[in-house]
Amino acid sequence: MIETTITIALLLMLAAVTVGIVRVRGLFAAVVLLGVYSLLMATLFIVLDAVDVAMTEAAVGAGVSTVFFLGALYLTDTVEAPSSRGRFLPLLLALVTAGALVWGLSDLPEFGSPEQPIHKQGADYLARSIPETGIPNVVTSVLASYRSFDTLGETTVVFTAGIGILALLRRRRGEGRN
Amino acid sequence: MIAAALFAVLVAMALVVVRALRGPTTFDRLLAANSIGNGAILVLALFGFLTGRPEFLDLGLTYALLNYVGIFAVLKFFRHGSLGAEAEVER
Repeated sequence: MIETTITIALLLMLAAVTVGIVRVRGLFAAVVLLGVYSLLMATLFIVLDAVDVAMTEAAVGAGVSTVFFLGALYLTDTVEAPSSRGRFLPLLLALVTAGALVWGLSDLPEFGSPEQPIHKQGADYLARSIPETGIPNVVTSVLASYRSFDTLGETTVVFTAGIGILALLRRRRGEGRN
Repeated sequence: MIAAALFAVLVAMALVVVRALRGPTTFDRLLAANSIGNGAILVLALFGFLTGRPEFLDLGLTYALLNYVGIFAVLKFFRHGSLGAEAEVER
């Protein structure tokens, strides 16, 4: 009961902050509001009993992202350029994406239900890990053996993103601040 | 008792969110962001006690450290216009 009330209150605050991020004009204010959003999201994760996810959200969303955004603001400008194109297409795209997400949400199992697939399938990793892979740490065996292709894909994405950021920053620094 | 404290902190957070959204200057928003971080720490601690897991307090400490680092980055941006130390060297 208390948890539901807290969750609803936090979700309302999140919605208000989201509208604020969209409407605010100064980019520095937008960065600060994004940090506020991440902190509220972390609080929501705590209430949903996912403390580790909340930790990541606070560290990455409110901490490192803010620093990266500030670095980007230093390299570019703190005033948003006026948009020349129409606003209809982005709105349509956002609505379609939101509709698809809500549609996908209806297929999820009920929150906290014991019938979820995570409780019925794959729960025997603890027993299977050592005979099948020989790795004593179960988390490592899931990451590096059972989901090795997934991990390889993630590493490729992070590597590509790093190369892209390096290329962008190097060119900007040569031109100087404009 | 703890539930009442939790609600009080949530009300305070809602007021601070209003300040973050309406804040006429950027400094109002910054201070609001910092206060929301403090509110998150309080909610973390109170919720830990509410559900009988006071070991959440350690995570609250980590949150406080993260807040500290974030505020430092922002203030350094204000002071030097950049995040790195090269701005000081150029002067």
